[in-house]
Amino acid sequence: MKRFFAWSAFLLGSLIFILPLIGMTEFSLSMRRGEYSFDAYASVLSDPQFRQTFTYSVVMALVTIVFGILLVVPTAYWVRLRMPHLRPIVEFITLMPLVIPAIVIVFGYIRLYNTSSWLPLTGTSTGTNILLMFGYTALALPYMYRAVDTGLRSIDIATLTEAAQSLGAGWVTIFGRVILPNVFVAVLSGAFLTFAIVIGEFTLAALLNRPAFGPYLQLVGANKAYEPSALAVISFVITWLCMGLIQIVVRLAPKPPAQSH
Amino acid sequence: MSLASPSTGRRLPTQWLGVAPFFLFAFLFLILPALSIVVGAFRGPEGGFTLANVAGLNTPNIRNAYWVSIRVSFWSALLGCLVGFAMSAAVVFGGLPRFIRSPLLTFSGVASNFAGLPLAFAFIATLGPAGLITVWLRNDFGINLRGATGFNLFSTTGLIVTYLFFQVPLMILIITPALDGLRREWREAAEMLGATSLQYWRMVAFPILLPSLLGTFALLFANSFGAVATAFALAGPQLNIAPILLFSQIRGDVLGSPGLGYALALGMIVITGLANTLYLWLRSRTERWQK
Amino acid sequence: MAEPFLKIDHVRKTFGTTTVVQDFNLDVGSGEFISFLGPSGCGKTTVLRMVAGFEEPTSGSIVVGGKDVTRLRPNQRNIGMVFQAYALFPNLTVAQNIAFGLKVAGEPRADIEKRVAEMLDLIKLQQFGDRYPYQLSGGQQQRVALARALAPKPKLLLLDEPLSALDAKVRVSLRDEIRAIQKELGITTVFVTHDQEEALSISDRIVVMYGGKAEQVGTPFEIYNRPATKFVANFVGTLNVLEGTVTDAASGRVKVGSGEVLLKDKLNGSKAGDTVSLALRPEAISLGRQPGRETTLGGEISEVSFLGSVIRVRVGLGQEAVSLDTFNSPASPPPAVGDKAEISFSPDDVLVLH
Repeated sequence: MKRFFAWSAFLLGSLIFILPLIGMTEFSLSMRRGEYSFDAYASVLSDPQFRQTFTYSVVMALVTIVFGILLVVPTAYWVRLRMPHLRPIVEFITLMPLVIPAIVIVFGYIRLYNTSSWLPLTGTSTGTNILLMFGYTALALPYMYRAVDTGLRSIDIATLTEAAQSLGAGWVTIFGRVILPNVFVAVLSGAFLTFAIVIGEFTLAALLNRPAFGPYLQLVGANKAYEPSALAVISFVITWLCMGLIQIVVRLAPKPPAQSH
Repeated sequence: MSLASPSTGRRLPTQWLGVAPFFLFAFLFLILPALSIVVGAFRGPEGGFTLANVAGLNTPNIRNAYWVSIRVSFWSALLGCLVGFAMSAAVVFGGLPRFIRSPLLTFSGVASNFAGLPLAFAFIATLGPAGLITVWLRNDFGINLRGATGFNLFSTTGLIVTYLFFQVPLMILIITPALDGLRREWREAAEMLGATSLQYWRMVAFPILLPSLLGTFALLFANSFGAVATAFALAGPQLNIAPILLFSQIRGDVLGSPGLGYALALGMIVITGLANTLYLWLRSRTERWQK
Repeated sequence: MAEPFLKIDHVRKTFGTTTVVQDFNLDVGSGEFISFLGPSGCGKTTVLRMVAGFEEPTSGSIVVGGKDVTRLRPNQRNIGMVFQAYALFPNLTVAQNIAFGLKVAGEPRADIEKRVAEMLDLIKLQQFGDRYPYQLSGGQQQRVALARALAPKPKLLLLDEPLSALDAKVRVSLRDEIRAIQKELGITTVFVTHDQEEALSISDRIVVMYGGKAEQVGTPFEIYNRPATKFVANFVGTLNVLEGTVTDAASGRVKVGSGEVLLKDKLNGSKAGDTVSLALRPEAISLGRQPGRETTLGGEISEVSFLGSVIRVRVGLGQEAVSLDTFNSPASPPPAVGDKAEISFSPDDVLVLH
C-alpha cells in the first residue's frame, strides 16, 4: 500500500519533468512535414549569430569562473583559517543574490555605472563586458561559495597551512600548491554550476545589451517555430553535461580517508 | 588554533587584506546597487527626499502586477514544495528501489538549473497551442485543452506550471538531505510508545522538518519572484508581472518616470526580503530545540 | 520455571537467502533481567527487533504475558524500548519526551503530569523537565530515554545496547542505575550487548549468541565458569587455550609441551594420541607452586604487563603460552622477561573444550 503511494507520487511527479523534455525533443525534430529530421538543428547550427553569441557566452562563462575562483577560494580559506568570526557576514553576503532578484541588481548597475557616473563601465563595450562578468560572478556567488566552503571543511586547512609554512612556503605557494589542489573537486563543481548559469542567462545580458546567447535565444524564440525547441534541447544537453561532469569529478576524486568515530 | 604571526604589530591590516577583495566586490556589485535602488526610490527629480515615487506605485496597473507576481510565486513555491516533498519522501521512505535515488538527485541538479528561455521553449513545445500534449489531446481524444479546461500556457496558470519544472527539483535537492536526517530511531521509538504513523509525523517528524520546509519555501518564492526570462519568452513583454514591468521600464521607461522604476525595484526587494524575514522569524520560533 | 512471561518459540529469520536467526528458543520468567550477548552480526539485535515488532519472524512465535504478539504491529504491543543513542525526539523537552507515550494514548493531562514527575524522580532529573535533549549529557539522555520507555507502564522492557555510545565511567554508573530501577519496578527486561563485562555484571541470565543461534543460556556464574562451547569460552572473559595430546583417556592425562596435565574427569570418547583443547582462566593460574594447585608446568616468562592492581604475565611453555594474573605487591618487584618460571593450577579449573 505504502509502496503503491510512493510509486504514484514518484511517477506523477516525474511527468512534470519528462513530458516537457519529450515535447521539446519531438518538436525539435518535426521541422520537416511528415517525418522526423534534424533540420531545425541544422538551421540553428548554420546560423552565424548562433556561433557568435554562443562563443561570446562560453568565453564570458570561462572568464567568470576564473574570476570567481580567484575571488571566492582565498576568501573562504582566509575566513576559515583566520577570521571565523566573519563567517556569518560573509555567508549572508553570498546568499544575497538568492534574495535580491537579478533584474534589481542589474538595474542598480545601470544607474551606478553609466557614462555619467564616477566609474563609467557601461561607456565602452569592454567596460560593459567586465560589468556583465561581475554580475555573473554575483549570480554564481551562492553556489561557488558553498561548493568551495564545503570542500574546505573536509580538509584540515590549519594543519596543511602550518605544515607548508614550516617547510618555508610563502602564501602564494601555500595557496596555489597546497590549498587549491586540495579543494580542486569542490572548485570544479562550482565552476560547472557557474557555467550552467551563465551560458543561457538572459536578464543581465539583455539589459546590458551584450550579444550573449540568452538574448539570442529570446530573438529566435520570438521569430521562429522549431528552432527554439532545438536550442532548448541543446541547452538541456549542456546543462546535463555540466552536472554530469560534476558527478564524474566528485566520483573520480581521491577519497579522503574515512573518519573513525 | 591560531597561527603565530611573525609581527603582531601588522596583524590587523594583514588579516583584513585577505578578505578585502571580497568585501570590495560585494560592496560595489551587490550592496551598493541595492542601496542605490533604495536611495533612488526616495529621491525626487531635483534630488531632495520624496515619497512620491513610492506613492506612485499605487496605481491599479502596478498593484495588479505585484499581486499577480506574488500569486504566481506563492503557488509555484507551494506546489513545488508539495510535489518535491512527495517525490523525495517516496524515494527516502516509500520503499522505492535504491538505484532510483542517485539519478533523481543528479537529474534534479540539472532540472533546477534548466530555467530561463529554454525552459519556456520546452513548455511551448509541450503545452503550447501546437504543443505535443495539446495536439495529442485534440487529435486522439477530441479534447480542446484550452476550451475544456481553460488552461492557457501564456497565462499565470501556465507560468505556475512551467515554474514547477525548476521549483520541484530544487525542493528535492534541499529536502532529501533533511529527510535523510530523520533518524530511524525516532520513528521506531514513537512506534514503541504506541504512536500511529500520523501521530509520529504530526508530533515529531513534521516539527523537525519545519525549519527546512519554511526555508525552502522562502527560497522558492524568491526564485520565481525574480524570474524574468521564462515569463518573457512565454507571454512576452505585455504580461503584467512585477519583474517584466521593471524590465520594460529599464529598457524604455514605460512608466514615464525614472523614480518610479526605483520604487518598483525597491518593492521587489521588500517583498522577497519580507518572505525571508518571515522565514527567519518562524525559524527562530521553531528552532528553540537546536543548538 | 513457572509459566514464562516472554516465550520465544522456534523463531527463525531469513533475509533473502541469508539466515540471520535459526531456531531460537527462550523462556524468560516474569521480572527477570536477561542479556543477549554476542559479537555484531550474531543475530541478537534481530531477535530483539522481532520481539519489538520491527521485524517479523519467518517462522515461529513470540508470546508476551500469555498473548501471542508475533503478528502485532510495534505500536500495539505495549513494550518499552531504549535505543543505542540519540533516539530522544530533539524537538521535545525532557518532560514532553517522557509524556509522549501517555499523550498518544490519550491519557488525561493531569495523569500525564503526575506520571512525568514520578519518572523524573525515578531517574533523578527532577530539575531537567524543561531542557531540550541537546542540553543533556549522553548519560542523562539515556536516562530520559529509559524514563520515556517506562512511562506508559510497558509489560516488557527492551534495551538495545543503551550504553555503547557512552564513555566508560558513565557506562558503569548507568548500568548499575538501570539494574536498580529494573529491580525496583520488577519489570521483565531484555538487554542486548556485545560487552561481556556488562552482561556478566547486570544480568540474571545470559544468552550467548553466535551465528544466529543461542550457544549457551545460563547465569553469569555458569557462563563464565562452565562455558559450554569453545565460542562461549573464548568470547566471555580472557582464556588461555592449550593444545594437548591425550596420553591416557581413562585417567584423564594429557601431555602439554614437555609436561603433563591431570584432568578432574576422564576423557570419554577420546583415545590416546588424540589432540584436545584445554582452557584456563588467567586468574586460575599461579606463578610458582601454590597449595591446592597441584598441576605444575615449567616455562619461561615472555611478557610482563603492569596493569596497576594486577600484573599480567605471559609464560611460554614450548609451543604454547599462557597469560596469568598476579596481584601487585609493593614489596616484591614484578618478574622479569626471560626468567625461568613454573606455573601451577588445580585440575578443577581446567576446562575441556569441545
